[in-house]
Amino acid sequence: MTENTMAKPQKNFLPNAYPDPAHLRLEGLACSRGARQLFEGISQTLAPGEALALYGANGSGKTSLLRQIAGFLPVEVGTISFGDTRPPRVHFIGHADGLKNPLRVGETLAFDAALWGAPKNAIDLLPLLGLDNRGWQTVGDLSAGQRRRLALAKLCLAPRPVWLLDEPMTALDAAGQHLIDTLAGAHLAAGGILVASSHVPLGFATQTLTLGAAS
Amino acid sequence: MSVFWAICRQHAVLAWRGGHTTLAVAFLFIGVTLMPFGLGPELALLQALAPGLLWVVLIMALLTSLDRLFQADYEDGSLDQMMLMPLPLEFVVLAKLLGHYIALVLPLLLAVPLAGLLLNLAPAHLPMLLLAMLAGSPALVLLGGIGASLAVSVRRGGLLTVLLSLPFYVPVMIFGAGASQQALAGEVDETRLAILLLISLASLLAAPVAIAAALRNAVR
Amino acid sequence: MLKALENISALYANPTRFMQLAARLHAPLWALALALLAYGLFRAFQVPEDYQQGETVKIMFVHVPAAWMALFGYSFIFFASVTALIFRHPLGHVAARAAAPVGATFTLIALVTGSLWGQPMWGTWWVWDARLTSMLVLLFVYLGYIAIWQAIEEPTRAARTAALLAIVGFINVPIVKFSVDWWNTLHQPASVSRLARPALHADFLYPLLIMGVAFLALFFALTLTRMQMEILRQKLRVRRMRTNQGA
Repeated sequence: MTENTMAKPQKNFLPNAYPDPAHLRLEGLACSRGARQLFEGISQTLAPGEALALYGANGSGKTSLLRQIAGFLPVEVGTISFGDTRPPRVHFIGHADGLKNPLRVGETLAFDAALWGAPKNAIDLLPLLGLDNRGWQTVGDLSAGQRRRLALAKLCLAPRPVWLLDEPMTALDAAGQHLIDTLAGAHLAAGGILVASSHVPLGFATQTLTLGAAS
Repeated sequence: MSVFWAICRQHAVLAWRGGHTTLAVAFLFIGVTLMPFGLGPELALLQALAPGLLWVVLIMALLTSLDRLFQADYEDGSLDQMMLMPLPLEFVVLAKLLGHYIALVLPLLLAVPLAGLLLNLAPAHLPMLLLAMLAGSPALVLLGGIGASLAVSVRRGGLLTVLLSLPFYVPVMIFGAGASQQALAGEVDETRLAILLLISLASLLAAPVAIAAALRNAVR
Repeated sequence: MLKALENISALYANPTRFMQLAARLHAPLWALALALLAYGLFRAFQVPEDYQQGETVKIMFVHVPAAWMALFGYSFIFFASVTALIFRHPLGHVAARAAAPVGATFTLIALVTGSLWGQPMWGTWWVWDARLTSMLVLLFVYLGYIAIWQAIEEPTRAARTAALLAIVGFINVPIVKFSVDWWNTLHQPASVSRLARPALHADFLYPLLIMGVAFLALFFALTLTRMQMEILRQKLRVRRMRTNQGA
């Protein structure tokens, strides 16, 4: 029903160019959980407009790498630098979508706009997310695909130059995957950088990295 | 700043919609109702014990709500997002605690006079009691938040939160109930009130830091 | 299973130097502790009867040092946790965890002996006097600390959470002591007298100090042994998992 409206979004709220584009530089990055070495010697550079796709089997450390870049997991070996004195603003979207079931879709968008410091009319985002006329629906009643799409709202509401997506294509239908492609495209065109882990090929990726290849 | 208020409001709305407010107030009345069954219906006795009893039941009602402070956020991934918000984590924590206070403690304080009625507490006794509770309740929420944040990664960690919070509640209880006892004599105990405010203030400064440290640990 | 294996290995990552030191300290420490204990008890029984309290006053030779150890134990946990967190020394976590049940037991001993000591005087088995009440709250502090280790499955996270609790809780202990003292002096019912300590002249002081040192040695002997046991247990577990993994 909504496939046609999503093919060409009217407004995605993303800027034409990020005012504070960031570079990402990983050097000699290693991560161990307990005594097990997940990965080591990871070095990668991303310039504005580039996207890195992370591949690897489950447990190879894709999520850990993303969480290190996000700052949740401390870095003990190697460095992560963003090519700027100030750490840039980062969006992280993981497996857990961070949605609150008792809230309605419209309220979720309104809160997202306020929480991320973005004074925007969030309701306009509904068509883009394929959630037309669902503003009144409770988040708990949404399907998995609809939830994943709603979780992407903050990417548009609060533009930030670095996106970290953990398996973004999971639980998304074709329309949802198209949404990611569209948003990623606009983000990269505006000079943002993106790191995404995935089990499926990502069209927008300009670099790839496979973890756990040695073992 | 509007981010702060948005976090505060969201937490309050969720607490209200999740029925936690109603649950806590109900718990308060259930506790008070049980007292005469345990102590006997003699009004004079109940009145003499009322300030202390109300403090105990207030604390119990608050304790039942504590594990919902951060547990839901940990489980649905909101904790990660809290780390990334355009506000330092300590302030995010403060905003949540304020939301919790508004949604849970204020309704409880509003219910206390009614519950006091059941224990034959006269209206004249109320001002001092409520004043003491107002002075001490921020400390209860802040210190309870420390227990809640330490237990956050434990499934069904409600009881653990209570155990961890208990030693912190002892000083608040001592001065709070002590000050409230003066309510029966109709006197205002300024010393104890001052100490309660001091404890609340100290908690305000220390608790968000401790809670943020515990939450960062949980998110690793 | 693999995840569990890696997590355990991290926390107890090969403390060979410590184990060598511990092996050398083990027997002498226990010998010292038991010798001091025997001597202390001997001297305690030699002390003449108190004219007021009779023989029961001798319980103080166990009660007071136990109370000292209860407080020392938590301070030990605090310093071990700080060492572990700030100086990143994983043995600090092991030490804190090992010391907790020891400290908790001393607290329990203090409570029980306090109750036994007071019973002939008060006529009841328990009073809410300042020291006993503080000991009771301290017991809950210990139990909370131990509960964290048991409740959190991942050892490194449990260690850090416990360390955080130890640090935050340590600041609370003097506050609790202060407020309980305040509470007790104001609520002093006439019929209950506090645990009166006999005048600490040399006859009593000397055996008391010996018992204090004996309990201190006992604390370290127990904690050291528990640390060794814990490290060995984890090594065994890792080895078992590795063989299972290979099989």
